[in-house]
Amino acid sequence: MNQQKMTRRDFVKTNAIAATATAAGITIPGIKETLAASTDKIRWDKAPCRFCGTGCSVLVGTQNGKIVATQGDPDAPVNRGLNCIKGYFLSKILYGQDRLTKPLLRKTNGKYDKNGEFTEVSWDEAFDVMAEKWKAALKKDMEANKGKPADQLTSTVGMFGSGQWTVFEGYAASKLYKAGFRSNHIDPNARHCMASAVGAFIRGFGSDEPMGCYDDMEHADAFVLWGSNMAEMHPILWTRITDTRLTKPGCEVHVLSTFEHRSFDLADNGMVFTPQTDLAILNYIANYIIQNKAYNKDFLDKHVNFTETVTDIGYGLRPEHELEKKAKNAGKGKLSKISFEEYAKSVEPYTLDYAHELSGVPREQLERLAKLYADPNKKIMSLWTMGFNQHTRGVWVNGLMYNVHLLTGKISQPGNGPFSLTGQPSACGTAREVGTFAHRLPADYVVKKKAHRDLAEKIWQLPEGTIPGKVGYHAVLQNRMLKDGKLNAYWVMCNNNMQAAPNMNEEGLPGYRNPANFIVVSDPYPTVTAMAADLILPTAMWTEKEGAYGNAERRTQFWRQQVNAPGEARSDLWQLMEFSKRFKMEEVWPEELLAEAPEYKGKTLFNVLYENGFVNQYKKQTVTDDRGNTYANSEMDAFGFYVQKGLFEEYRRFQFEGPKRGHELADFDTYHKTRGLRWPVIDGKETLWRYAEGYDPFVAKGEGFKFYGKADGRANIIAAPYEPPAESPDAEYDLWLSTGRVLEHWHSGSMTRRVPELYRAFPDAVIFMHPEDAKKRGLRRGMAAKVVSRRGEIEAMVETRGRNRPPEGLVFVPWFDAGRLINKVTLDATDPLSKETDYKKCAVKIVRV
Amino acid sequence: MATKALQIGKDARQQKGWLRAHKWLLLRRLSQLSVIALFVSGPLLGAWLIKGDMSSSRVLDTIPLTDAFVFLQTLFAMAPVEQTLLIGAAIVTVFYLIAGGRTYCAWVCPINMVTDGAESLRRKLNIKTRINLSRSNRSILLGAILLGSLFTGTLIYELVNPVTMFQRELVFGMGFSWAILFSIFIFDMFFSKRGWCGHLCPMGKFYSLPGKLSLLRVNASKRDQCNDCMECYVVCPEPQVIKPALKGAASETPVILSGDCTNCGQCIDVCAKDVFTLSHRFTTPITEKLESSQREVSL
Amino acid sequence: MSTPAQKNQQQRRQFLESMTRGAGALALFATGLSVLSRPARSLPAQALRPPGAAADDLDFQSACVRCGLCVRDCPYDTLRLATWVDDVAAGTPFFEARKIPCEMCEDIPCVKACPSGALDPALTNIDDSRMGLAVLIDQEACIAFQGLRCEVCFNICPVQGKAISLKRSHNVRTGKHALIIPEVHSDYCTGCGKCEHACILQEAAIKVMPIQLAKGEAGKHYRLGWEEKQKAGASLVTPDQQHQYNLPEGVIYDYEGEGLKPAPALQPANDDTPFKQSALDRLNQGFK
Repeated sequence: MNQQKMTRRDFVKTNAIAATATAAGITIPGIKETLAASTDKIRWDKAPCRFCGTGCSVLVGTQNGKIVATQGDPDAPVNRGLNCIKGYFLSKILYGQDRLTKPLLRKTNGKYDKNGEFTEVSWDEAFDVMAEKWKAALKKDMEANKGKPADQLTSTVGMFGSGQWTVFEGYAASKLYKAGFRSNHIDPNARHCMASAVGAFIRGFGSDEPMGCYDDMEHADAFVLWGSNMAEMHPILWTRITDTRLTKPGCEVHVLSTFEHRSFDLADNGMVFTPQTDLAILNYIANYIIQNKAYNKDFLDKHVNFTETVTDIGYGLRPEHELEKKAKNAGKGKLSKISFEEYAKSVEPYTLDYAHELSGVPREQLERLAKLYADPNKKIMSLWTMGFNQHTRGVWVNGLMYNVHLLTGKISQPGNGPFSLTGQPSACGTAREVGTFAHRLPADYVVKKKAHRDLAEKIWQLPEGTIPGKVGYHAVLQNRMLKDGKLNAYWVMCNNNMQAAPNMNEEGLPGYRNPANFIVVSDPYPTVTAMAADLILPTAMWTEKEGAYGNAERRTQFWRQQVNAPGEARSDLWQLMEFSKRFKMEEVWPEELLAEAPEYKGKTLFNVLYENGFVNQYKKQTVTDDRGNTYANSEMDAFGFYVQKGLFEEYRRFQFEGPKRGHELADFDTYHKTRGLRWPVIDGKETLWRYAEGYDPFVAKGEGFKFYGKADGRANIIAAPYEPPAESPDAEYDLWLSTGRVLEHWHSGSMTRRVPELYRAFPDAVIFMHPEDAKKRGLRRGMAAKVVSRRGEIEAMVETRGRNRPPEGLVFVPWFDAGRLINKVTLDATDPLSKETDYKKCAVKIVRV
Repeated sequence: MATKALQIGKDARQQKGWLRAHKWLLLRRLSQLSVIALFVSGPLLGAWLIKGDMSSSRVLDTIPLTDAFVFLQTLFAMAPVEQTLLIGAAIVTVFYLIAGGRTYCAWVCPINMVTDGAESLRRKLNIKTRINLSRSNRSILLGAILLGSLFTGTLIYELVNPVTMFQRELVFGMGFSWAILFSIFIFDMFFSKRGWCGHLCPMGKFYSLPGKLSLLRVNASKRDQCNDCMECYVVCPEPQVIKPALKGAASETPVILSGDCTNCGQCIDVCAKDVFTLSHRFTTPITEKLESSQREVSL
Repeated sequence: MSTPAQKNQQQRRQFLESMTRGAGALALFATGLSVLSRPARSLPAQALRPPGAAADDLDFQSACVRCGLCVRDCPYDTLRLATWVDDVAAGTPFFEARKIPCEMCEDIPCVKACPSGALDPALTNIDDSRMGLAVLIDQEACIAFQGLRCEVCFNICPVQGKAISLKRSHNVRTGKHALIIPEVHSDYCTGCGKCEHACILQEAAIKVMPIQLAKGEAGKHYRLGWEEKQKAGASLVTPDQQHQYNLPEGVIYDYEGEGLKPAPALQPANDDTPFKQSALDRLNQGFK
């Protein structure tokens, strides 16, 4: 009481003094600061979380140009004010002590030198050196490509992008490379993450991304996790599943993994299977459904085609690798139509006994799972992440999952559906949707199809034949090509691929340090990748720029720029567009192409790509919210038009002007007002369940379901057998290695490990192993040990207790730790179809240090 | 007066040379510093010859050593007796039974350097101290401590024992004990001559107990040479122990048998006449020698 | 010059004076000692003893010789010796969980190093150690109680699932999420302090405290009936009889569980036998 009175009186007094002083024209030291502190309110504005694909919304609190706090957005439908431990520390990720604020170039005696020391340089100098390298490469390319048609063009410039890019950044980068530099060698880190899911969505349904949404989690009667540790990796979604399990009578949770983890805590039926045998388990379930006639015949007759995929397809290793030479159909993914009977026959060998033998899961548990899927009265949501996707048969196994849901017709209905979760905040919204993959164009269009290229060239106002038709180098191939000297000017943006990519010792590092190459890394922090670069560009992050992300349930969420980036750090978008100003069209396009668009002669790439009359039609304006706050927009200031709006509106044209339907987004301004909308958004209405009558505007009355991504409106059931993994434990390398994440850290830890609290909560990566396995090797918990593979080794502490409980014969090592780079050990075997690396299976041994 | 203080040891230095007049002092300092070096070489250099502190330690990670005074306190605190501790204490006790009980004070305890320093400075500056403590205080304290341990069930004295605390902090890193050390220094220099080691420290009192029986002794073997310069009384930390040996009747032993004697050898260093030597307790009394020599003569 | 008598008197006075002074000094010393020993009687809330230390800290203090051998052999620099500035008995080993927690080494080197038995050599399984007890002391600050996903204390717990378990409940505020809340169990908590160390709050919401401070104790005058029944394996008194009720048709009353509920639909009784006809019909059937 007394104290309160005192402070109020003090405040009045201070104000009075200030007023008097101002009237008298005197400045009294201290007074101004006191008043500022007491009156400067925190400005709150919404933004999606920077981390995983869940897409929780937060409110960002800004005061005096600094983000001082965040809070869970209580009005956000995804998280209703909740956050996980990483989201809790969002306000701290921008303020790590070693934030990069100036471009850094390797130099010796004042000149660029591949082996020089990093030296601070100006943006001008950085871009000068960079442009010189790019122009040299492009010149070489133009000579090599003389007289070649669009679908035979090659290139030596490339880019590795990100599912953490904003929608605008991904779109601008894709355009810069595919149209500007005429190179398809642009791929996002989503290749390591979602490519298998993408492949299977396209093969199965002809359209990327899940049919259902998070609301399935309240509607389902049972949940099955296939290679997903949602409890740690999608923490808020996990509480939704947990809540349904708690509150809905009869609700069941089944969890499958190659080791026991936190999600097993909730499991009614937890199953640890031998790596790779998920293929067999899924085929067994299909077989069980068919044997017991539990399939939905009506649904199959109306909405499903049966196909089979080519087998013995290799492991996406270098072609000279023995496994590739041995494979009959290396890299092939052709589908051929079969009958229901033929399909039934293909799964017949997968009996309960066979599935049990291969997988090691007890029969009664497998049968319980199969019965669940077969039960017509149970609504089932199947969820997965990297267990399925990072798999040498990732596309197959995703497809086998769809087979089960399609057989029973449990798809595209509230509570029924296969749901692929994403690990990055905009793996969907950016990486997948705006065409940052080596084979894609915006909105599910692909570079291989001439009609699709034509559409892109029309919207982008480019002469015919500008966009190359050959699929570019994917993530793993980029590293191989860098090593082989076939990719020479390389830009890594918004990711930490040196730490993330497999087989760092043999592929990643030699490629970056190849003297023939010039490597540019844009990042807010000095990551492992930045250390391997030749030029580092300091980058604005998260709410230091205006942005948009798309989460796993097709929800597109926008945010405004809240603060300015520190020092000379600039957003990826600014970097891409500013760099494009350095190129005269004559330096990037050959004469004959330029002859088709003579108006572009003498112009810069910036003029042609971004100042093209469409993108720059959105004039510079003040960004405000409905509460009267104003926000900065550094890119608008730099380029003189509303860059983000222009890019977004141009991108939207792909959704409306092409032949493909079902990917429509609302207009730019709408998104700044909502907590995100789930596409397709038609007439302002969101779509919750795609392909289902009533829920999806593209399914006509009476059709029931229509998988309109396919020409005949039918989804594909794709028969695929069990095939062994690329590398299995043997006498010397006697353990499986699986890598993954932990709750406290996100991906390579470049942000979360700079938050002291999160660092303290899980400082260093450890080797999770079975106590018996440890004992056999003379190891105890807390001792240092080496994880050794044929490719490399790392040292870490042994952990035999705790959250992950691997079975005997398998170890788990998280990859967040820049001090213990487990990707020195992993194998670069990929799914030959999706080109996604299998980080979950390789052979290692553990030895005492 | 000040000049007189400087006179002490002058004769010895002139007679024996500087080095011999400081022989025992140098040896003692060497011993004390070696002990410290042994203990800190582990934490500082990683050479773990000895681990732990002077309360209890392990030599070469095998031989246990335990301060017998601390051990006695644990007995009084009614702690169960652990074998390792017992063995360690036994080794230490046997050692001091041989080497002389308070040899610990003069040759091992690092506090000794502080109090010696305070004393020599006090002498040089000729400071008169005003507090006269009784030497029996330390016996009373020792009793009180042991009873206190019994009643509280904890090593109550070890909470404040500046000796073990300083030793410990020397080995384990610095703390508060420097201040205590400084207080002892000031106390000894300005307030009470040889106040701490000579009048208060119960630890020293404890070690005087085995000292009563110990083998190694200072012997005033040539007491007949004594010229009564009295310098040995000035430098001796426990001057009361000299008289019985030096000025005893002919039939009495010239060996200093008091447990309070610290075997510091300052009397040996300071004596220009080499009256004192270090020998064992079973030296024959001078009278016997005299008698036998007389007998020889008479023969 | 004074006479011998005067000299004698003077000497006596001097002697008395010095005795008084000595006694005074002693009294002062004793008082100081007793004041200083006061904090040593109980351990401050943040100080934890190494594994194997007696539950009663006085017992520990009576045995510990302050040699620091446990400190030396601790591979994680968890343990340190108290100095006068600490509120812990000077020279005795302790650790503060928030600074460096105990890593629960399987071979327990600190206990092995202890020469005095103050760290009980009978402790061979680190899971049996009781250095303290974790207490989720601030449920208002702990973000798990608000529905946020943290569980850092659970995840880091070396006795995960036993010492700290997770309780799930419905989040009434959001309506569709679950609360996942850590709970500490004193039967298993070793007091290693990893949870307090890792707690991501500015001030830890979970704290490890000396057991005497942390542990409550129920009175002996009341027992938990279901636990006593479980312990005994049966009812402690005669089990209840079968009850019967006056009920309308189609309703049953489940005494043990759900109370009133509809009677299960009448199943067609499985009364199939070869003898369904009337006796007369059968008899008149004749032989076939």
